[in-house]
Amino acid sequence: MMQLDDIPGILNDMAGALSQHLDRRGVSDFALVGIHTGGMWIARALQACLDHNDPVGGLDISFYRDDFTRIGLHPRVQPSSLPFQVENRHVVLVDDVLYTGRTIRAALNEIFDYGRPASVTLVVLVDRGGRELPIAADVVGLEVALAAGNHIKLSGPDPLSLNILQDP
Amino acid sequence: MRISIRGGHFIDPANKVDDTLDLHIADGRVVALGTAPDGFQSDREIDAEGLVVCPGFVDLCARLREPGAEHKGSIESETRAAVSGGITTVCVPPDTDPVIDDPSVVELIRRRQRLAGQAKVVMLGALTRQLGGEFLSEMGALMEAGCVGVSNAWVPVANPLVMRRALEYAATFDLTVFSVPYDPLLAPDGCAHEGETATRLGLPGVPRSAETTIVARDLALIEETGVRAHFCRLSAAHSVDLIERAIGHGLPVTADVCAHQLYLTDRDVGEFDSRFHLRPPLRTDIDRQRLLEGVRSGSITAVCSDHQPHDQDAKLHPFSDTEPGASTLETLLPLTLALRDHGLDLNSALERITCAPARILRIEAGTLGLGAAADVCLFEPDTEWVVESHALYSNGRNTPLDGRRVRGRVKQVLVDGRSVFEAG
Amino acid sequence: MSAPTLQTGADGRLRHLLTVEGLPRPRLEELLNTAESFLGVTQREVKKVPLLRGKTVVNLFFESSTRTRTTFELAAKRLSADVINLSVSTSATVKGESLLDTLRNLEAMHADIFVVRHGTSGAAHFIAQHCLPHVAVLNAGDGRHAHPTQALLDVFTIRRHKPNFDQIKVAIVGDILNSRVARSQIHALTILDTAEVRVVAPRTLLPVGIESLGVKVFTDLTQGLAGVDVIIMLRLQKERMRGALLPSEHEYYRQFGLTEARLQGAHPEAIVMHPGPINRGVEIDSSVADGARSVILEQVTNGIAIRMAAMSLIMGTRTQDGREVG
Repeated sequence: MMQLDDIPGILNDMAGALSQHLDRRGVSDFALVGIHTGGMWIARALQACLDHNDPVGGLDISFYRDDFTRIGLHPRVQPSSLPFQVENRHVVLVDDVLYTGRTIRAALNEIFDYGRPASVTLVVLVDRGGRELPIAADVVGLEVALAAGNHIKLSGPDPLSLNILQDP
Repeated sequence: MRISIRGGHFIDPANKVDDTLDLHIADGRVVALGTAPDGFQSDREIDAEGLVVCPGFVDLCARLREPGAEHKGSIESETRAAVSGGITTVCVPPDTDPVIDDPSVVELIRRRQRLAGQAKVVMLGALTRQLGGEFLSEMGALMEAGCVGVSNAWVPVANPLVMRRALEYAATFDLTVFSVPYDPLLAPDGCAHEGETATRLGLPGVPRSAETTIVARDLALIEETGVRAHFCRLSAAHSVDLIERAIGHGLPVTADVCAHQLYLTDRDVGEFDSRFHLRPPLRTDIDRQRLLEGVRSGSITAVCSDHQPHDQDAKLHPFSDTEPGASTLETLLPLTLALRDHGLDLNSALERITCAPARILRIEAGTLGLGAAADVCLFEPDTEWVVESHALYSNGRNTPLDGRRVRGRVKQVLVDGRSVFEAG
Repeated sequence: MSAPTLQTGADGRLRHLLTVEGLPRPRLEELLNTAESFLGVTQREVKKVPLLRGKTVVNLFFESSTRTRTTFELAAKRLSADVINLSVSTSATVKGESLLDTLRNLEAMHADIFVVRHGTSGAAHFIAQHCLPHVAVLNAGDGRHAHPTQALLDVFTIRRHKPNFDQIKVAIVGDILNSRVARSQIHALTILDTAEVRVVAPRTLLPVGIESLGVKVFTDLTQGLAGVDVIIMLRLQKERMRGALLPSEHEYYRQFGLTEARLQGAHPEAIVMHPGPINRGVEIDSSVADGARSVILEQVTNGIAIRMAAMSLIMGTRTQDGREVG
């Protein structure tokens, strides 16, 4: 098992990169949305770094997963809550690990059921490769190449730590 | 044909014989016990060592489903099932289709029985015409045709005046009236004992009073009319109290219980298990204990199978839409033998299914005294076996005991000295 | 893990929802928690999630009930399932077609969920026993036996107002004898360790042995309501006057109807519930039904979320650890 502990430093860099990215696109007003559970932690951390005052939205994408008929409903579904209008907002979608892209696909679908956003920017703490869908992040904290049979897991929220684990 | 059955544990409750004795049969009758008569040469020897040799059983109530419901069973199939269970005489209630209220139906059943050549069949005639509860049946003619008693089966005689007249008329011919105490008005759509299980499952209940009110009513009418009466298939504890009180007052009444009522309760219904949909319904442990006590004390004289074979479809519905009843001919012996665990010795237990029911029916059966018909059952008293519905001889596979381990297995059965069943 | 039953498989997951009785508490709470998430969905712009896309839900109603059928239909549609409504008149049965025949015919439609309402107790169990293995059965009320989703939405509604079941007293008032709702409510409340569950009714409407389900029996409404936190009124069917169970609606209202005056005896923050449809002036006074304590309309909204949760949980299989993928 490997542990990466400089997460605050990575988050700082990510906040900077996100600001630049949004500036480039001329976006000043945006809404942060984290994907349960790790994405929420990262979104809150970014909110603190960016001094962003609006509430952070949370998505539980269980109802949108494409593997429902194979593995059923997640046993601990939490209510999604986007405490703001999505219609015409610039949404910054945050997740902890980007892998196949299926979670992001589900999250995009769910966001669109709340309204039509002006844009969606994707921010992830770790990109571990292995995409199965044409999805790319705009801001990546860390790129990790994982050996087959390993996965990466974020623990938190305080302190946040990333661990590489052997698949069960 | 001369047969000697040698070395068995011979039990004849009617004559209080219980000993290791040889049984000798000639021309379908018992000719000697112990030593064979002078010059007796047997054509066949049956080694009965380790077996109980006793009179073939007399079953007070078995539905053979013929005529009227041949998809459930036939006289041929069910009398074969009877002998495989050690039963050599069955009594058929009158609720066939057509109803046994006419000598022609008696003759039809008798002819079919003779053709089958298995267990003997005796019949109860209808108490009222078409069992309708309104007009008296032609009891005189039914008696002459050979009916051993009269009954209205499960169909209630709602009008007490009609019941009283029917009792009086039956008394005219010295016929025994078989009352099946059940008032459906107290149990609309009822299909399970009114109690915890029915309440939990939301099933329409059958209160004990649906039985006890009719027992009480009929006892009052019996007292006035002096008719000899038999109460069938008691299920409620209080019914036993009523019968015991009546016997105490010298009323000419007897009673029976079906064997599975002594071991099963309404809890066995579980989650809508239609094999346990019976009539009368399975009741509580309190009732069961009281019934056992009645069997022990002898106030319940006889135990019967109350055999009700069904086709598969009859039980393939939601519980209350299924037809009540169980296929039970082949488990009568083990359930009766289990009375040994409830304070009866082997001899008394066998009495409940041999001479006791024969006396109630006033027929010559259920005994192996000299000159009696050689209806004989040979069984292993302690062999354990597992009841399997698919292995039943009966066309009705609806046994509530499927998969249960029981004790006591029939080896061979003779009717009038003729071997009609031999276990493989 | 408890022993597998018809409705819970060996892995403990829900295969069918037939009755509340015997549901392990975590299973019951999972249903309530999932419903909580679905409640959020029903408040959004698009009130629909793609969970059961491509699945077919057959509403199989042998008893007509437009209201109940509509809530199941809406729940299924909000899960993106295709819905077929079938009202099977009992005349089919009269013609000799058995429930099994009907079932075999419907299986040809390749349904994934049967939502079953039937007038006979045990009908949903029967269908679950005999349907194809991939089909899930959701009991929408069978005879007097069970109405699990109604009971679940009721405890769900109670939980939103009184989250600590071990501190509340609940009174269920009315036709307990004929009520599948009452039976399921009693089981649900008992599983959640409710401090006290009472049933209040005249003797003719109390089934024998109801105490064995763990309730206190009252035949006086004032005593039965004293200090309770939740009052659940049951609908009184007009047929009850015929079976000599009650003398008249008027007498019932006088003795067992919930009025403002009677409500005074309950806890000051008691809530009033009713599974609907209401007979105003028979079991409940309009001023109570529409009053501040009434949560009757809330029950209707919650009913859709509960039915979405039930349908979701009985479909598909589930991994033990529920680890996120991707």
